[in-house]
Amino acid sequence: MTKEYKTITEISGPLIFVEKTEPVGYNELVEIRTGGELKRGQVLDTSDEIVVIQVFEGTGGLSKESAVSFTGDVIKMPLSPGIVGRVLSGSGRPRDGGPEIVPEVLRDIAGAAINPASREKPRAFIQTGISTIDGTNTLVRGQKLPIFSGAGLPHNDVALQIARQAKALGEAESFAVIFCAMGITNEEAQHFLADFERTGALERAVVFLNLADDPAVERILTPRLGLTTAEYLAFDLDMHVLIIYTDMTNYCESLRQMGAAREEVPGRRGYPGYMYTDLAIQYERAGIIRGKKGSITQFPILTMPGDDITHPIPDLSGYITEGQIIISRELHRKGIYPPVDIRPSLSRLMNSGIGKGHTREDHRAVSDQLYAYYAEGNDLRGLAAIVGKEALSERDKLVLEFADKFEKRFVNQGRDEDRSIFDTLQIGWDLLADLPEAMLTRIDDKYIKAYHPKYAASAAKK
Amino acid sequence: MEVGKVKRVAGPLVQAVGLKSSMYDLVLVGEEGLMSEVIGISGNKHIIQVYEDTGGVRPGEPVKETGAPLVAQLGPGILTQIYDGIQRPLPKLAEMSGDFISRGLFVDGIDHKKKWEFKPVVKKGDVVKPGQAIGEVQEQLLIKHKIMVPPKMKGGAIKEIYSGNFNVDETVAVLEDGSKITMVQKWPVRQARPVAEKLAPTIPLRTGQRVVDGFFSLAKGGTAAIPGGFGTGKTVMQQTLSKWADVDIVIYVGCGERGNEMADLLHEFPELQDPRTGRPLMERSIVYANTSNMPVAAREASIYTGMTTAEYYRDMGYDCLMTADSTSRWAEAMREMGSRLEEMPGEEGYPAYLGARLADFYERAGRAEVLNGGQGSVSIVGAVSPAGGDFTEPVTQNTLRMVKVFWALDSKLTQRRHFPSINWLDSYSLYDQTLEPWFVENVSPDWNKNKRRAMAILQENAELEEIVMLVGSDALPEDQQITLEVARMIINFWLAQSAFHPVDTFAPYKKQFDLLAAILKFRDYAFEAVQKGIPVAAITSVPSKDALAKVRLEAEYEPILAKVMAQMDSEFKALK
Repeated sequence: MTKEYKTITEISGPLIFVEKTEPVGYNELVEIRTGGELKRGQVLDTSDEIVVIQVFEGTGGLSKESAVSFTGDVIKMPLSPGIVGRVLSGSGRPRDGGPEIVPEVLRDIAGAAINPASREKPRAFIQTGISTIDGTNTLVRGQKLPIFSGAGLPHNDVALQIARQAKALGEAESFAVIFCAMGITNEEAQHFLADFERTGALERAVVFLNLADDPAVERILTPRLGLTTAEYLAFDLDMHVLIIYTDMTNYCESLRQMGAAREEVPGRRGYPGYMYTDLAIQYERAGIIRGKKGSITQFPILTMPGDDITHPIPDLSGYITEGQIIISRELHRKGIYPPVDIRPSLSRLMNSGIGKGHTREDHRAVSDQLYAYYAEGNDLRGLAAIVGKEALSERDKLVLEFADKFEKRFVNQGRDEDRSIFDTLQIGWDLLADLPEAMLTRIDDKYIKAYHPKYAASAAKK
Repeated sequence: MEVGKVKRVAGPLVQAVGLKSSMYDLVLVGEEGLMSEVIGISGNKHIIQVYEDTGGVRPGEPVKETGAPLVAQLGPGILTQIYDGIQRPLPKLAEMSGDFISRGLFVDGIDHKKKWEFKPVVKKGDVVKPGQAIGEVQEQLLIKHKIMVPPKMKGGAIKEIYSGNFNVDETVAVLEDGSKITMVQKWPVRQARPVAEKLAPTIPLRTGQRVVDGFFSLAKGGTAAIPGGFGTGKTVMQQTLSKWADVDIVIYVGCGERGNEMADLLHEFPELQDPRTGRPLMERSIVYANTSNMPVAAREASIYTGMTTAEYYRDMGYDCLMTADSTSRWAEAMREMGSRLEEMPGEEGYPAYLGARLADFYERAGRAEVLNGGQGSVSIVGAVSPAGGDFTEPVTQNTLRMVKVFWALDSKLTQRRHFPSINWLDSYSLYDQTLEPWFVENVSPDWNKNKRRAMAILQENAELEEIVMLVGSDALPEDQQITLEVARMIINFWLAQSAFHPVDTFAPYKKQFDLLAAILKFRDYAFEAVQKGIPVAAITSVPSKDALAKVRLEAEYEPILAKVMAQMDSEFKALK
């Protein structure tokens, strides 16, 4: 029986201060009982005189009479294979009416860093069926590729489509999906769950739901629980795990709220100075370990406040993640789905997952050529707006038309349209074929001879 | 060993009482003995930053003193190693604790059991000075490791010197004052190692990258910064430099980097061949990998640990290149620690001593006459990742005050898939003048002249492009249209360079010079033709122009270039 203390001296926002305790460990799990209700918290600061505790379920209902007991251990997540298919709360309690998880193992949710020397280089191509990702910003297993979006944009649909369609080329095996919702609305959560149920994905999913009206502090726990589960599924049970968490912006707001409650010296825009490290600890729990079969691929979604990519949250995320997929308001307004703007989007691990043996030998060249003319075409739009299309040179007119067609045929696709990488490359070639061959400066002659629609027919005959 | 007690734990900061340690001394915190450093003393309390996760540490746990600051272990066996920020070999850590790094592990930076063959280079009775080599060890096939009198030892006549196989702790020489010399030196990482004299940066550091060597060259012992928001090709650029720079030793400090990127590097490095020797590049490399999720205090230390090893190899007379990726993450670590210490923040929350710390670090670079008598150098290429790509932020600004070369990576170029994405208008090298004599003597008297001509064309091109944006290129006078075309050639045929193409990835000085000269030759032909009233379209569509584009992809380029130039000559003669 652990000792109970009734020595709370101060309750302030999500924090409680307890004095005259036995020595308490930093980060230790704390249980607080008040009128039959059990709340959980974590030690943030410990000294002989006073212990500061953040309470995950909120401090509502707590008083100086509440009993505090220290468990002597850090927070651990109960895990067993039965966790797959469950819907849990943001703090890991059943939310689907099912029983508590009977643990086979208990894992520290803080998560130790993977030894960089034990990591395997990610290079297995994942086909998402979305051309703007597969063709020009290719995702590989073990990557962390966030979706940077804005309020009111269809990032959730994109994430769902990825979760539905993601597969490794030539393997029937599909991904286990872990979905962490942090501070999203009930309606959005319903949308996700309905889609999981419709497609049968729930059977291979674990869902953590912290909704907008759940305590903000709990959000700090949610991704840690999700990632601990992911590590268990990937490295104990040999599964390929895709983890989607939405919305990282809400998570960072919670960090800021906690920082303010602790009266810390604030950093940029009031976010705590350690936000970079904190985000890194979450994002870096993606990857592959040498000699293990499973992998963790992350898809964090974050909405950029005011569509501002220089805001601390997208900015710091971009430094840790391996690229980003940018959802564009402009494309969305044009009615293009998925409205992915490929120009600022990037997949840093693309090169290791494409080409001969992964996708197709001409992939890099086709992608570069598409990028180059789409970027140029976009610049020309500005010029055409000033001088009129007629004043452009013939070459420029072709490039301008290319950019329009690129958006309509390559970027645009159906919400259920699952394009193979070869379909995607074919669309790319069809678009490039409208340009004179001499303009294809980034593509090696041998690829032009092999894949250009003009030659492909005769090549096929041979 | 004094033992104190933990008083308070808040994140990576611990307060302890009952210690006598000095500032920056290493202490071991808690039952698990977590490696930590004293970073403040206030009243009877010591403020300690812990290099590892502090979860579970309680008040009352012991704090053990070591009586010494954080040191790097310097001796044979450092090369080829992959360390974390506090010089613990990562593969050893993996052996001890598996795929995830657990806490409280203590591992030596070098193997203390391994025997090395020590060959003396001085004899009994010789008088040796501090820093002087007394013997050699063949550390790698092509790298001789000099065993030197530690700089802090007084020196004097050699009383005993041995020859044979020893481990690093065994005495290999005794001086007349009785001091014993072993093959390992322990040096406090925050302290610069002494040199005899710093030398002027008059020798270029060859990188084989046309935009770097040809336009914005770095000197041996020089300092360069690569700024760039995320996605500007910074990491690829740094890795290309590590592969191709003509230095003896490469030290790569991944400070707050991505785990997968480190995995890529660790995977790729051992497979890379040194272009000069055909040996694995790893044999002359040291990698420090402290990823962004590893403890923040160790990230802060990693830059110093890396620098200390670089200086140690400079002491032996080697040219070293240290790449720090990224110093912004390092500054963030300082900011994070400062904020936990509740220091009064300076600009944007960075500590007020940010500028001083950066200056201290960059000042440790340089070409020098070393104590041993030879010459060596440490060049630094530091990446800065400004928040939101904003170059006015404090880390970038303080860095630019220190470094002499600035390679402005440009995300617009990345979006166009132009690599290396170094912006030719915003970048600069202040070594331009000091290096000119070297290029005149070793490559061509026209080196700087051609460089200036090409830069002037690009400058004019930038101005013309603004007009083109308004009126279209057809409205320009013909000579300006030619300038646009020539600029396009310089950009696409010369500045752009593929890191993935086996030949194009490295261009020797001579080839760089010849290719640029060929493009400038085209410009002269074209201007001449315009004067004669030949239409621009005819000039820009000469087939030899397109042929010139592919010359850079040829290893034996000289006959091909000569053929292309002969073709160009006859094509221009034929134009009417």
